[in-house]
Amino acid sequence: MLFRCLSKEGFRDLVEMTLETIEVVGPKEIGRDKDDNPIHHYLPVSNPDELDFDYATTEYSAKTYFLPFQENLSTYRFDEDDWTQDIRYRIQPRAIIGLHACDINGLLKLDKVFARDFFPSPYYISRRENTFIVGIDHEPCEGGFCRSLGTDTVTHGFDLFLTDLGDRYFVAIGSDRGFGALQKVHAREITDEDTHDYLTERQRLAGLFQAEVPVHDLGTLLDIEFTSEVWEKWGRKCMSCGSCAMVCPTCYCYGVMEKVSMDFERGVKQRQAYSCNLVDFAEVAGGHNFRPDSTTRLKYRYYHQHRGFVEIYDEPKCVGCNRCGRTCLAGISPVEVITDLQMDEQT
Amino acid sequence: MKNLFQPYDVSLESEMLEPLDFNRRSRLKETDRCFKAEILNVIRLTDMEKLFQVRILDESEGERFSFLPGQFVMVEVPGYGEIPISISSSTSRTGYVELCIRRAGIVTGALHRAKRGAHIGIRGPFGTHFPIETMKGYDVLLIAGGLGLAPLRSSIFAVIENRADFENVHILYGTKSPDQLLFDYQYEEWGRIDDIDLQVIVEEPDNEWTGPVGLITKLLDGIEIDPQRTFAIVCGPPVMFKFVCSRLSEQGMPMRRMFISLERRMHCGMGKCCRCNIGSTFTCMEGPVFDYWTVMNLKEAI
Repeated sequence: MLFRCLSKEGFRDLVEMTLETIEVVGPKEIGRDKDDNPIHHYLPVSNPDELDFDYATTEYSAKTYFLPFQENLSTYRFDEDDWTQDIRYRIQPRAIIGLHACDINGLLKLDKVFARDFFPSPYYISRRENTFIVGIDHEPCEGGFCRSLGTDTVTHGFDLFLTDLGDRYFVAIGSDRGFGALQKVHAREITDEDTHDYLTERQRLAGLFQAEVPVHDLGTLLDIEFTSEVWEKWGRKCMSCGSCAMVCPTCYCYGVMEKVSMDFERGVKQRQAYSCNLVDFAEVAGGHNFRPDSTTRLKYRYYHQHRGFVEIYDEPKCVGCNRCGRTCLAGISPVEVITDLQMDEQT
Repeated sequence: MKNLFQPYDVSLESEMLEPLDFNRRSRLKETDRCFKAEILNVIRLTDMEKLFQVRILDESEGERFSFLPGQFVMVEVPGYGEIPISISSSTSRTGYVELCIRRAGIVTGALHRAKRGAHIGIRGPFGTHFPIETMKGYDVLLIAGGLGLAPLRSSIFAVIENRADFENVHILYGTKSPDQLLFDYQYEEWGRIDDIDLQVIVEEPDNEWTGPVGLITKLLDGIEIDPQRTFAIVCGPPVMFKFVCSRLSEQGMPMRRMFISLERRMHCGMGKCCRCNIGSTFTCMEGPVFDYWTVMNLKEAI
């Protein structure tokens, strides 16, 4: 990998130049919670000052810029007894600046589902290819357990990745267009001092991360603990609202539905984000529901994260950001659920 | 800066310009482009089920469309929605496919109201198929319960049309009541074929019913099975295939030689939406056809 050093002014120039041509999305403070802690979202910004890199986490992940909650798959125009199908892929480029490693790792997992092997999704690929991604190193957020899942660092999946060295950024370059962008703002070659400062900072950050959940061999454990009372304990709390899946950087389940315009002239086929915790997720024709109770549905959420996804892609789907834990109205925390399962195994 | 952010147009990728073919799973294509198809005939089977003969309008698309017994297509009625339906026709029948559809919801309701000549969309085929080629040289049990005859019918054709390739062939079919029997006009034809044993049973007979009465497993009592020389395909509701398969298993049939088709409500057919996910298995990609051993290992399947 190539590295460059960029002054803070140079970075500001980079953002301003980007803003001149395409939409820029980044961590933006949108308000305060009841304890007066800032709440951040990834939102479009109009100038570099709106980017707040001093954020702990965002309520929503950046997933929505690649898999929007609702997306048109195709549109139909009805004409007498016939119809024509029209399909458009988004091609408006966009930059997302200030993603943390966990979110970029989340995108890498989505890439495996939507951009590889079988039936790669042109909708996803179009959004992914048209998004310029700048990541940034950060101190761990409260409750996050990314270290346990190996997602606290990232080596690809971005165009540029910044490490703040006080007066300048140490920049890892992940793509040719990232390299090209740095050339425009006169990033300089790295010196021994830059490398030394970078490694020191990386070491400091690494020391702050604590592994919090034992995920080792979780796949087998989930098979063995399939009838565990742990699922009853946590599943009964679940209100089946689906918030966890909405904020998750990797939850990608969806439903497809169609709508007709008021004048009956047009129809649209939409992909709608869904959650495996919603009551009708596994309902089939005739009304039979394979997962009628919240306990089974919650179990399958964990089963997919730490067992099903592993079987296909050799890694868990979860990145350990704990957004689901923070947003859950019933207080279901992934760290506690997994710890409970591990405890259950030992007793 | 401008030239750095040239829009990337995915529709210009070379694979996108190739003709649509859902059998090439790994190639990038317009995954949600459907074949426009015309309803050629609507055949009433029961009060609840109709058979739709559907032809892909574009001639070259129609010629490229090929499937194997047990596979399914996503059927779209624009404005209403899209649903997974197994293909009921013979693989050797080119020009149109037959889809046996029960009236159960919004999309199937619209289809049941549709008339001959109506245009619908089809994507597919998707999923795994019954291993008809592997079954050659063996005895074959084709067993269906209720609507299970719809996914089984394609295999029945495959066996009948290549009868010489198989040893003993039994077709067993059971429903709740006689008025629920699907494709009853074809039993006569199938039963008349030399050396095909066709038996139909109902649970609750009406006054006119003269055939056997009881559960489908009752039909197995009268059949001698050589467990090492037999393949079975079992299509029906979970409770039915569970009883049939465990019965065959007790008789010594290897579980890897029994095949069933699972039903789930797929929304994409392409291993993406997760709606048909059973733990770690996508019914649309690794199924809907599974051998019984695999199903036994799917924690939620039965």
